[in-house]
Amino acid sequence: MKHLLSTQDLSLGDALRILDTAEEMSAVSGREVKKLPALRGRTVVNLFLEDSTRTRISFEAAAKRLSADVINFTGKGTSVSKGESLKDTVQTLEAIGADAIVMRHWGSGAAAQLAGSGWITSSVVNAGDGTHEHPTQALLDALTLRRHLARRHGTAPRGTDLSGMKVVIVGDILHSRVARSNLWLLTTLGAEVTLAAPPTLMPVGVEQWPCQVTYSLDEAIASGPDAVMMLRVQSERMHEAFFPSAAEYTRSWGLTDDRLALLESAGADDAVIMHPGPMNRGLEISAAAADSVRNTALEQVANGVSVRMAVLYLVLSGTETAGTPDLVPSAARRPEA
Amino acid sequence: MSPTAPRYLISGGTLPDGTTSDMLIEDGLLAAVGPEARSRAEAGDGPLETVDASGRIVLPGLVDLHTHLREPGREDAETVETGTRAAAMGGFTSVHAMANSTPVADSAGVVEQVWQLGREAGWCDVHPVGAVTVGLAGERLAELGAMAASRAEVRVFSDDGMCVADPVLMRRALEYVKAFDGVVAQHAQEPRLTEGAQMNEGELSSVLGLSGWPAVAEEAIIARDVLLAQHVGSRLHVCHVSTAGSVEIIRWAKERGIEVTAEATPHHLLLTEELVRSYDPVFKVNPPLRREADVMALREGLADGTIDTVGTDHAPHTAETKECEWTVAAMGMTGLETALPVVQHALVDTGLMDWAGVSRILSSTPARIARLTDQGRISAAGVFETGAPANVTVYDPNVRRTVDPATHATRSRNSPYRGMELPGQVTDVFNHGHPVVRDRALATPRTH
Repeated sequence: MKHLLSTQDLSLGDALRILDTAEEMSAVSGREVKKLPALRGRTVVNLFLEDSTRTRISFEAAAKRLSADVINFTGKGTSVSKGESLKDTVQTLEAIGADAIVMRHWGSGAAAQLAGSGWITSSVVNAGDGTHEHPTQALLDALTLRRHLARRHGTAPRGTDLSGMKVVIVGDILHSRVARSNLWLLTTLGAEVTLAAPPTLMPVGVEQWPCQVTYSLDEAIASGPDAVMMLRVQSERMHEAFFPSAAEYTRSWGLTDDRLALLESAGADDAVIMHPGPMNRGLEISAAAADSVRNTALEQVANGVSVRMAVLYLVLSGTETAGTPDLVPSAARRPEA
Repeated sequence: MSPTAPRYLISGGTLPDGTTSDMLIEDGLLAAVGPEARSRAEAGDGPLETVDASGRIVLPGLVDLHTHLREPGREDAETVETGTRAAAMGGFTSVHAMANSTPVADSAGVVEQVWQLGREAGWCDVHPVGAVTVGLAGERLAELGAMAASRAEVRVFSDDGMCVADPVLMRRALEYVKAFDGVVAQHAQEPRLTEGAQMNEGELSSVLGLSGWPAVAEEAIIARDVLLAQHVGSRLHVCHVSTAGSVEIIRWAKERGIEVTAEATPHHLLLTEELVRSYDPVFKVNPPLRREADVMALREGLADGTIDTVGTDHAPHTAETKECEWTVAAMGMTGLETALPVVQHALVDTGLMDWAGVSRILSSTPARIARLTDQGRISAAGVFETGAPANVTVYDPNVRRTVDPATHATRSRNSPYRGMELPGQVTDVFNHGHPVVRDRALATPRTH
């Protein structure tokens, strides 16, 4: 695996390989010495051209746990407005010694363009591009769901998929790269996905996507899902006439106390609430729902580091690794000082 | 042209009507077509050059209603000199230079400058298009009458790049140009429905996360404008029609006798939105590449006369404005040097149109729309008018070539056909009797 650009192009085999590797990585995070020598001497650049603290520090932690050197490069606005093109920026970073570029970018398709441009030879990991994709977020969500399913069945998660799981994704689907990446990945893994949103926040052509579509969150919850994933709603959408008011949004599409109760009665016994963060308490999610034991937000954050370790390891360790690397036992034999 | 200027016998070419015939060019005019061309050539005085056109198609010089020459203002992307070299290599003997230069061609001074630059270049007739509104701002009418009365004799007015969205302003423009038999060429794009638009709106734009440019934004403006044209009794030209729905509306308008003409670009006859999956900005264009069904509807519209002409919308851009993220890349593609091959590939080789049809859509009809009397002098059946200015393009339809933008005469390299194999090549072009292209290469410019 040279790059990770999207989940739409990710095969079931590659998805499982990343998730299984992430399981190995998460074992490291449980150790006293949270470090592997796997990427010693390699350099990972976090190129973040759009505000993001959570994703950047997650990638930074992941790279450091694999003993890679990490360079953080953050900028705001367009590269054009800064007077340097993306091409010049990434070529400069590669000249400094980057082996992998983890890029967050405001423009849809920027990661794919970078990987296909011939400008650089580094691996490219998409850390979110415009309203297109955010593949590592979907992978950490899938890891969280898969562990949840394994706990339910009393089995180990390794090698399993999400067959039979029902997941509802709620909110601003139109502008959400998280929703897109999750839809492609979760369906690849065998889950059934329902999108719930006001019609104005549904993408054009959504009826051709491999999912159920509903304008009623109540119906979606009454159908008994295993997980409800709430998306962050940005208040400026209201000014663009996507919905009349925050209050009306919350009434119809928020995870309110009433809908939390409905989930507890109609959903799976162990149904979970997910949120990519940061949450707008009182808008798309009530305080009670946010603080519920069903909310996996912190587990998602922890899994994010494991997934990103797995992705960095796989893109930088080359394509010669056919199966899941047996990292942890060997690492346990050779602990990093 | 002096009396001692060479005469040219175009020998053995296939004319648009399907006949094989000789053609004599003398004193800048088409002196004879048919058997008398050779006898007259041999009888006459002065040097005679023979152009062997056997196996080739002899067309009237092509007329483009939609060209961006970029000068004044963006001479790094194109100049009148380089753009008209590209036009000549593409078989065009007349191009209409769009008004969105810097400064905007919204005054007699700027249109005369562009016209003069065209004459000095000498590769192809250059007819400036005048802006409809001052600075393309869509707020008040530019001095249309002054541009019409200038040496540039502007007859086509357009804010191309911007839509004349204000319905009152559009109505006034349609009415006003009647005074000098002008035409308003509308860039049909409802601005509010296309804010931030990046590609055709549909399932694919949703997958790619790019803001959509919905077909309705084009169709709503065309519907409004044909009704306005009917109401005020004016003629309307619609630039770069891109959707099947637009073709339907124009067909409906023509059935009602509304004086509307329409153009389609070569790229909308061949390329689809699927190419945007690459996020390669060379495929970013406005209006955007659409669906396969739209491509087919445009081809059929050209074949049945609903769409009148192919206009290249040749839009050169520098490398740096295309070698960047899709969302900030410039919109537009070069097209002058590939237009005729694309038309052959999409319309002739598919059996939708014969070469008389190509003469109609690429020469006689655009000349009529722009009220040019020195271009497109050929009958609907494809019979050349003798005595008319000798604007002639000789085309070899039998070669196949892989498009290499580096070899193009345009200053810019943003051809969406890079690496594609297309049929045909222009071999010789006569502009008012002067050979500007000979043997597949630029010859010498015409001097005035």
